[in-house]
Amino acid sequence: MKRVNAVVVGAGAAGGIVARELATAGLSVVLLERGKWYTANDCRKDDLRNQRTTVLGNAFGPEDEGNPRVWVDSRGEANVVLPSEGAYQNNAACVGGGTLSYGAMAWRFMPQDFRMRSTYGAPQGSSLEDWPIGYDDLEPFYDKAEYEIGVSGDESGNPFHGPRRRGLPMPPLPPNREFGILEPAAKRLGLHPFPIPMLRNSVPYNGRGECMRCRWCVGFACEVDAKNGSQNTVIPSALATGNCELRTQCMVREILTDERGRARGVSYFDEKGRLQEQLSDIVVVSACAIESARLLLNSKSRLFPDGLGNRYDQVGRNLQGHHYTGAMGFFDFETYDDVGPGASIAISDYNHGTPGLCGGGLLANEFIRLPIHTLDRLPPGTPRWGAGHKRAMREFHRRTMIVMGPTQQIPTADGRVTLDPAVEDQWGLPVARLSGNSHPHTFEIGEVQARRAEAWLKEAGAVETSLMAGRPEIVSSGQHQAGTCRMGDDPHGSVVNRNCQVHDVDNVFVIDGSVHVTNGGFNPVLTIMAIAYFASDALVRNWKGTGFRS
Amino acid sequence: MKARKEPGAVTRRQFMAASAMSSAAWAAGCTSQSGDWESLSEDQAGTLAVICDQIVPADDFPSASQAGVVTYIDRQLSRHYRRHRMAYAHGLEQAESISAKRFGHGLAQATAEQRLQAARALEQENRTFFELVRKHTLEGYYGSPRHGGNRDAVSWRMLGLAEPPVRGRARDVFSKGTRS
Repeated sequence: MKRVNAVVVGAGAAGGIVARELATAGLSVVLLERGKWYTANDCRKDDLRNQRTTVLGNAFGPEDEGNPRVWVDSRGEANVVLPSEGAYQNNAACVGGGTLSYGAMAWRFMPQDFRMRSTYGAPQGSSLEDWPIGYDDLEPFYDKAEYEIGVSGDESGNPFHGPRRRGLPMPPLPPNREFGILEPAAKRLGLHPFPIPMLRNSVPYNGRGECMRCRWCVGFACEVDAKNGSQNTVIPSALATGNCELRTQCMVREILTDERGRARGVSYFDEKGRLQEQLSDIVVVSACAIESARLLLNSKSRLFPDGLGNRYDQVGRNLQGHHYTGAMGFFDFETYDDVGPGASIAISDYNHGTPGLCGGGLLANEFIRLPIHTLDRLPPGTPRWGAGHKRAMREFHRRTMIVMGPTQQIPTADGRVTLDPAVEDQWGLPVARLSGNSHPHTFEIGEVQARRAEAWLKEAGAVETSLMAGRPEIVSSGQHQAGTCRMGDDPHGSVVNRNCQVHDVDNVFVIDGSVHVTNGGFNPVLTIMAIAYFASDALVRNWKGTGFRS
Repeated sequence: MKARKEPGAVTRRQFMAASAMSSAAWAAGCTSQSGDWESLSEDQAGTLAVICDQIVPADDFPSASQAGVVTYIDRQLSRHYRRHRMAYAHGLEQAESISAKRFGHGLAQATAEQRLQAARALEQENRTFFELVRKHTLEGYYGSPRHGGNRDAVSWRMLGLAEPPVRGRARDVFSKGTRS
């Protein structure tokens, strides 16, 4: 197989952008993706089989068959878990990765989110740290993501965001009914509500049409292709340069290194299960936090007996996602209007600045609910089955609102990905083993956030409310997974440098949510995209012909 | 566009008329005419229909079995829920033995009140199985019709959701700009 300049592992939010940026700069690129390339025609609108409700499996990978993980519970017991089970912490396995089927909230982190340790100090037992880069470093690349991938919204009503060079390229979608109810209530409480920025076309953009506002949004591929992910933006344009080849259903086994400790390419199983080698000048790992860490750990050699980039036992640590909390409100009037995407209004008042709390998170109304989601979201005391349950479904499906948000997790070094010593996947590779939890202070913040959500719903007229705030005995990572290959200046406490380059292997990069030092109180995808543009920019600037100078 | 009448859709009036029939007839009626279940025996399907109908009973709208939930569960016991086949075999047997012990006859002959009592007893005696059936029944009734339950999207109609959904309503809002 012809040697290329760069192999990119994983065609998700970050990998698609890296492939496109490198190919545009003239590098030859092979983009490897373990899943398939789905299109808008694969939107099955199946309430029981999608990326959000996995009762009958994931629609966009991985399959339950042959792709296990191991989850170590709070008693220390190891459980084999399948991709359709919550403890698996799945994102997706397909071209576009999570961006094919996500809800598409397009948040920038706030400046404080990059300086969590110096803003708050690290709670005892946590691994809270500052990023080596700041909001200002990423601002041009947030802007690039907003315009190239496509974001609609209007942040002029949000006084808390960092400085931005210009507004968003598309106006927000017209408000739905929940927006109309929640906005005046928030204002009465002295809060600052505004429309949620979304990677979704509110008007025709990038050659595709606008959102048709259907019920099947988060968890589904968009039937009219109005949701913007890497699969319908940067990846087609990477391929159009002629410098990028996409190979789907290819599972990378390991990063190959030479006797001097530099990467020389990857070995992978192709769509027919045959072992192949793709040699390259550089390797970019963009497989999502859990699988990126797993690939580095699985890349063992004489010089790297514990895995590539893992000299100081940092790979896989600080696994984090978001601790979602909030409240349900039950109303004596209809709040549901069957207009997608449902999630429409947010506040950023509580992301930072509460005395005694290390951060917080945004609060927003929940995405449009399918009937299947209402089953266990009924007023407290509702019978769990029988005539009473059925009546409550009729009574409350259209008279319930949920306000919730991603509480910023306080990371710990023990929340981590390692390799399971016994369980292997269909290719015979050791699977990811997930253990530990986020810091308990995370749950304290989450409980405060839940009460704030409840207050907002009550102000909006809820006649009854129910808090959604638990203390799960599991590190939440899932679709927001991050942190496992932390970015930092000190090789003893991080895996990559500020340019996402592995500390002791200068031609291997990790570019995805893995490098997040902290994960903000926001959905992370726009930050993952901004990091991908930022790191690609540095990579291209440092690129010297067929070699790489760090 | 005119509203399309779905073939085979149960109107409320038809349904109310049907409700007057004996519940035992419904239990039999929910099984397919040819009796060719993928995973269950005819007897098991009958027992399951009785339990499902306690979880989602008929009122102004169809019960679980009337909406095809037994078909949903039967299919998935050969697919995604293969791992639960033994649990169903034992659980359904237990449900019948509860009925036999308490009422001296099977669930098919039981009165409406006896069926509800049997379901409550099953919930007490084998909570694991009852939770499984409860979960599967609700999924089948409120999930996508493509899997055999929620026939003609009855539960979605019950909740007042347009089915088939109106498409492209945003086009009225965005009257300017080109269409792609």
